[in-house]
Amino acid sequence: MSATTLSSWGQYPAFPQAARPCFWRSELSTNLKQLINQFGNTLAYGNGRSYGDSCLASSDHVLATRGLNRFIAADWQNGIIRAEAGVSLAELLQLSIPQGWFLPVTPGTQYVTLGGAVANDVHGKNHHVRGTFGCHVRCFELLRSDASAQICSPQDHSDLFNATIGGLGLTGIISWIELQLLPIQSSLIQSYSTRFNNLAEFFQLAAEHDSQHEYTVAWIDCLAQGKHLGRGIFIYGDHAETGELAVHHKAKLTVPLTPPISLINSMSLRAFNTVYFHKHPPSLQHALVSYEPFFYPLDAISHWNRIYGKSGFQQYQCVIPSASAEAAVHALLQEIAAVGSGSFLAVLKRCGDVPSPGLLSFPLPGVSLALDFPQLEPLNTTLFSRMDSIVRAAGGRLYPAKDAHMSANDFRHFYPKWSSLESLRDPGLCSRFWQRVTLA
Amino acid sequence: MKKIVIIGATSAIAIACARLWAAEQSEFFLVGRHQDKLQQTSADLVARGAQAAHSYVLDLIDFQQHAAMLTQALQTLGQIDVILIAHGTLPDQHQCEQDVHYALQEFNNNALSVLALLTPVANHMAQQGFGTIAVISSVAGDRGRGSNYLYGSAKAAVTTFCEGLRARMFKVGVHVLTIKPGFVATPMTADLNLPAKLTVSPEVVAKDIVQAIAKRKDVLYTPWFWAWIMKIIIHIPRGIFKKLKL
Ligand SMILES: Cc1cc2nc3c(=O)[nH]c(=O)nc-3n(C[C@H](O)[C@H](O)[C@H](O)COP(=O)(O)OP(=O)(O)OC[C@H]3O[C@@H](n4cnc5c(N)ncnc54)[C@H](O)[C@@H]3O)c2cc1C
Ligand SMILES: NC(=O)c1ccc[n+]([C@@H]2O[C@H](COP(=O)([O-])OP(=O)(O)OC[C@H]3O[C@@H](n4cnc5c(N)ncnc54)[C@H](OP(=O)(O)O)[C@@H]3O)[C@@H](O)[C@H]2O)c1
Repeated sequence: MSATTLSSWGQYPAFPQAARPCFWRSELSTNLKQLINQFGNTLAYGNGRSYGDSCLASSDHVLATRGLNRFIAADWQNGIIRAEAGVSLAELLQLSIPQGWFLPVTPGTQYVTLGGAVANDVHGKNHHVRGTFGCHVRCFELLRSDASAQICSPQDHSDLFNATIGGLGLTGIISWIELQLLPIQSSLIQSYSTRFNNLAEFFQLAAEHDSQHEYTVAWIDCLAQGKHLGRGIFIYGDHAETGELAVHHKAKLTVPLTPPISLINSMSLRAFNTVYFHKHPPSLQHALVSYEPFFYPLDAISHWNRIYGKSGFQQYQCVIPSASAEAAVHALLQEIAAVGSGSFLAVLKRCGDVPSPGLLSFPLPGVSLALDFPQLEPLNTTLFSRMDSIVRAAGGRLYPAKDAHMSANDFRHFYPKWSSLESLRDPGLCSRFWQRVTLA
Repeated sequence: MKKIVIIGATSAIAIACARLWAAEQSEFFLVGRHQDKLQQTSADLVARGAQAAHSYVLDLIDFQQHAAMLTQALQTLGQIDVILIAHGTLPDQHQCEQDVHYALQEFNNNALSVLALLTPVANHMAQQGFGTIAVISSVAGDRGRGSNYLYGSAKAAVTTFCEGLRARMFKVGVHVLTIKPGFVATPMTADLNLPAKLTVSPEVVAKDIVQAIAKRKDVLYTPWFWAWIMKIIIHIPRGIFKKLKL
């Protein structure tokens, strides 16, 4: 077994994971059984882009699936691709863009695997029109320690299909996935951005643009207070109708090592956020940009998670139903601004009502707020518990893919179908997250 | 569009090279010892743009079958623009010290099977009068280390053989490339505790290999810093070298 250990993106909580890398589908079953026999349980680990403990095995021994990076079949007539679960979204785009196909749904980083995208049923800037990633999955192969491989689809083994989408890796190891892609004429994006001065203006902009554009998202200055509370930049865009079909290859910057303490503190944060807001002209801006800076601005700096230092950081992401969204987001931002913590980029996004097949899918019709916090105690615990009460009272919920703090009570309340997932869980698979929110 | 033969085509390094060539719509003849892995590799390359990827199952230790395999490759592809020889295993040095049979079997697989195969390959390439023979050796062949000298001596044999072959092939227009990777994260090294800072992905090495073939380089250290590391290691005096724990 390799001595290098893996962690989650937030590097908190610190449970170093020993990795058993798997390179061939034919070796999955043996590896799975060996790990379970040796350590009691295991969990698939894709590319570790989940922030908290949902990608960490409760035994601390994961089955690393990134080596399963083969394509199996590509139908460019119909935009249907079948690929192994360890293929990353970046690798898929590299192949599909020149053929005129894009991901139907993409999260804010292209360095996640197909398996990870299914297991967290990820969403993107077009949730209001296309729903989650799982809505576009045609079928996949699932390997369990207690059964032979099964092909799951909305028609076959639909209970396992639904439980695996957003199933947090607990229903089995996905060996391959077949996905319906989205046709594009160009890899360029017609991108527009405009400033808004407070939260009410965000809701107006969202109402105005969501119905007309494929992609919408907003960045907000989480430290602005008073009449500026919730000010930010609203960004919307669409695939350009003409132009190149080119894969973008930009030289990447990197954070080469982890500093002993976080470089993010309230001073650097306030300065950055203020500059970022004011740098944007007050008027509507338009640009024709490549897909990479539009969808994946953070990917331009590899290992950016290291700037938070050795203690790591947590992301807080919640979604609030439409009816209570404005008031609850207002209350959340007040709590955050009052303590002066938070991140460079707080992201606000309206989610739509396209239903996902996933049992434990996170989004619901309403508004999602996401932001990062350096790992500081007791600050995070007290702040998060105040924020959790706001989310709970507003009928919202938290996103397991980002979570390192949700209480067991909250989880069961947010995801009442958790017991159906528990009954379909592969007894040999368990995460630190699942142990924390259901078994503890 | 190139016609490419890959020996040990299920190697992670070879696959990473093949993916770069697949993007240029090359046609492949893939040789390996496991049918299912070959089939998966072939499907992957076709999805990535390969013109075609034919599989041929052969355990390279079976020297008798090399010629038949080569004939089949030529029948399938018509000509060979590049032949990449990538198969190999990393023996357990301790076991080699205790078990002669095992040691020789490993030497056979890493050295003799390569020399055996290169013999008919070289004759065909000489007759063809163009193309590249690229062979994956290793930095481990540059010096015999206490921890790894069976593998090292097998790679040294390959390196020296290729150097001589290059001199012969140069005169008939055939390019011979000796590839010496450092630490690469592949199934072969998955169980080892490699130094993270010196270890690269197969994709990094593959880029160098594909470029070295295009530029008709003689010897490639990959990544580049291994050329410097090995310059130093080669010059460590024997009296000191034998005391080191390498
Ligand atoms: C910068 C950044 C931006 C992000 N933006 C978004 C966003 O906009 N929207 C969003 O929804 N998410 C977002 N995320 C979160 C990310 O998309 C998810 O956490 C995703 O699941 C990570 O995928 P991964 O391949 O890294 O998987 P991991 O994090 O390694 O694992 C995630 C889960 O998938 C399971 N899993 C992985 N492979 C398999 C398999 N083969 N079979 C079964 N289970 C498997 C694991 O067990 C685990 O439960 C973002 C993350 C980052 C770092
Ligand atoms: N990884 C490194 O750090 C490193 C460093 C220097 C040099 N190298 C060299 O690079 C080459 C490729 O290795 P890799 O790192 O890519 O490892 P790898 O993925 O394990 O590839 C080795 C491949 O060789 C195949 N093989 C071994 N013996 C064979 C035989 N007798 N007949 C047919 N196929 C055989 C194996 O096939 P099966 O999978 O079917 O067993 C395997 O696919 C090797 O020559 C290795 O010595 C590697």
